[in-house]
Formats: sequence, structure tokens, C-alpha cells
Amino acid sequence: MMPALILAVSLVTLLMFFVSYCRSLMAASSRHTLSAEVRDVTGIKTLPSARDFVKVMQLLALCPEHPEDRAGLRAVSLYYDILNMAQTTIARVVPALSSWMEHERAGCAGFAVVALDRRIAFNREALLREGEF
Amino acid sequence: MPGPVATIIWYLGTAFELAFVVCSIGRNSFFRYFFLNLYFVLAILSSVGRNVVLRSYGWTSDEYCYVYFYTDALLTLGLYVALISLYSKVFGELRFSKYVRTFAVLLLLGTAAFSYAVVAQSTERLSTGFAYELSQNLYFVGLVLTYILWGAILKLGETRTRLVQIVLSLGLYFSAYAASYALVTLAEKYSVVHFLGPLVSCLLPLAWTITMWRHTEEARLVPARLVAVPR
Repeated sequence: MMPALILAVSLVTLLMFFVSYCRSLMAASSRHTLSAEVRDVTGIKTLPSARDFVKVMQLLALCPEHPEDRAGLRAVSLYYDILNMAQTTIARVVPALSSWMEHERAGCAGFAVVALDRRIAFNREALLREGEF
Repeated sequence: MPGPVATIIWYLGTAFELAFVVCSIGRNSFFRYFFLNLYFVLAILSSVGRNVVLRSYGWTSDEYCYVYFYTDALLTLGLYVALISLYSKVFGELRFSKYVRTFAVLLLLGTAAFSYAVVAQSTERLSTGFAYELSQNLYFVGLVLTYILWGAILKLGETRTRLVQIVLSLGLYFSAYAASYALVTLAEKYSVVHFLGPLVSCLLPLAWTITMWRHTEEARLVPARLVAVPR
């Protein structure tokens, strides 16, 4: 009985800390100003929407990897998947949650766009450096 | 001897711990996060010590058993001190540091006394029993304290990115470790659950290294974005 209770409580706190951790990752990148180049590539004019996430992830897959953002992207992708799953299950029972989830998914898309922008900038710099030699 | 998977996880964890210390030195943050670094230095030394004893006396020897449980208790104590140092950072500006330290010492003494009271009833293996009980109870206290610290961070509107992510990683670690511990008790026959605890232990130094590497001490975030439900 006691281990089952510990498991249940720890899973709840794990989910709470995971959500907060992903939010802190997204908050850390929220002050980044997107370049005109990444706006053109993604077609995002003002703020990214929840649906942009998949498209941006596909673009990220085309870009050479940047080791610094790999772990953060994995965590946020997992968060997006959890939100997607919750959107199709819990949000149907509690419709009030739907708009909050939409907002969160848009936040995930925002994080991915910033990562894409940084990758493009990083690769451009690397190419410039190679050109110098 | 531990199996190949357990050995790989062990070495991987030690490599991540070393990476955090190296990264802290590289980022000129070794003394700023001294107790976090001290914890990982102790963890690396414990790994070396355990390895030496394991090779000399074997997996099932009493010597290895004592070294394992006592270094484990020492490391839990180290993590507790690291957590209290994070409290001091969060409450430092409010000049509560002295009260935080007094409370931490009292809580530690209380946990030690409670652990002793639990194991004192059995005379068999009292010393290793105490080390094990103290470790488990300190983990539980650590989880509760991290939860409270996170609440304080939200309430005080903490903006330091590094500090926020270090506390959240610690919360994730304590929660995942408690879950893996409960799973081992519930599903002992499945060998895979025995690897969960050591795997989770690898993730804490990895997450802290990424935080240390990616963000400078000056990096700030918008506190309102941390609150899951906007007020």
C-alpha cells in the first residue's frame, strides 16, 4: 500500500516539475527576437501557433544538429506530445483546459522556432569561419 | 560483480558529474555554486572508493556493503547541504540565510534522530541499517524541501534562469528517484526497474551541466511565464 502511495505522489510531483521545467526552458528563450530569415523560412509573421510546432520540427531535422539545444528540444517535444494526448482526452471532458493547452502548445512552437533561428545562425557562422581558411 | 549495463550507467553518471565540475570551473562558477560542486566531487570520490573496494573485496563482501551504504549516506547529506545552499541563494536577499541554516541543522538532527529510533529496535546490522534509513528519510525530506523551494521561487518571482532550472532539475530528480524506489518495491521481479534509480542519478548531473553550459549567471527569465495557470 505504502509503495503504491509513494509512486502515485512521486509521479504527480514528477509531472508538475516536468511541466515547470519545460516552461522555464520556454521562458528562457522568450526574449529572443526572431530574425527575418527564420520568419521567411517558417512563414510565421507575428507569434507562432500550436500547429507550427510540427512544421518547425521538420525544418529543425533538416538543419545540422547543435548539441547545446538537443536536450531542451527533446524535453519540449515530450511536453508537446503529452499536451497533444491531453488535448484529445482530458480536454474533451474539461473543455476549459482546451485554450490553456493551445497556449502551451504555441509556447512549445515558440521554443522550437528560437532553436531553429539559433541553429541557422550557428551554421551560418560555422560556414563563414570555414570560408576564412 | 555488477553487470555490464549497471557498470555502463555507473561510469556514465561519474562522467556527467565530472563534466559538471569541469563546466563550473570553465564558466567561473565553481565557488558560486560551491556546495553543488562539492556534492559532485564527493560523488566522484565515492565512485572511485567503491570501485577500489569492489575490486579488492568483491560484490558480496561486508567491506563493500559498509562502503556502499556509508558513502550513500554521505552523498545524501551532501545533496541536502547543496539544497540548503540553494535555499540560501533564494532567501539571501531577504536576509533569511541565518534562519535557513538553523532550520536546516534542526531538520537534519530531527531526521537523524527519527532514523535512529526506527533502526534502534533491531540490533542486527544497526550501523548499515542507520545509514540506509537516514538516506531514505533525507531523500523524502529533500523532495518536500524542493517542493517548498519551488513554491517560494514562484511567490518571490525569482528571475535567475540558472537557479530556477537547477531547482527544477533537482525536483525532477527527487520525484523520479522516489518513483523508481517505489517501483523497485512494487515490481521487484522485473530486472529493468533496478536500473531506473541509477539512470535517474545520471540525469541530475546532466541537467545541471546543460544549465551551467547554456546560461550565464546574468541570464534572466520572465517569472510570469513560469506559472502554469496565469493569474
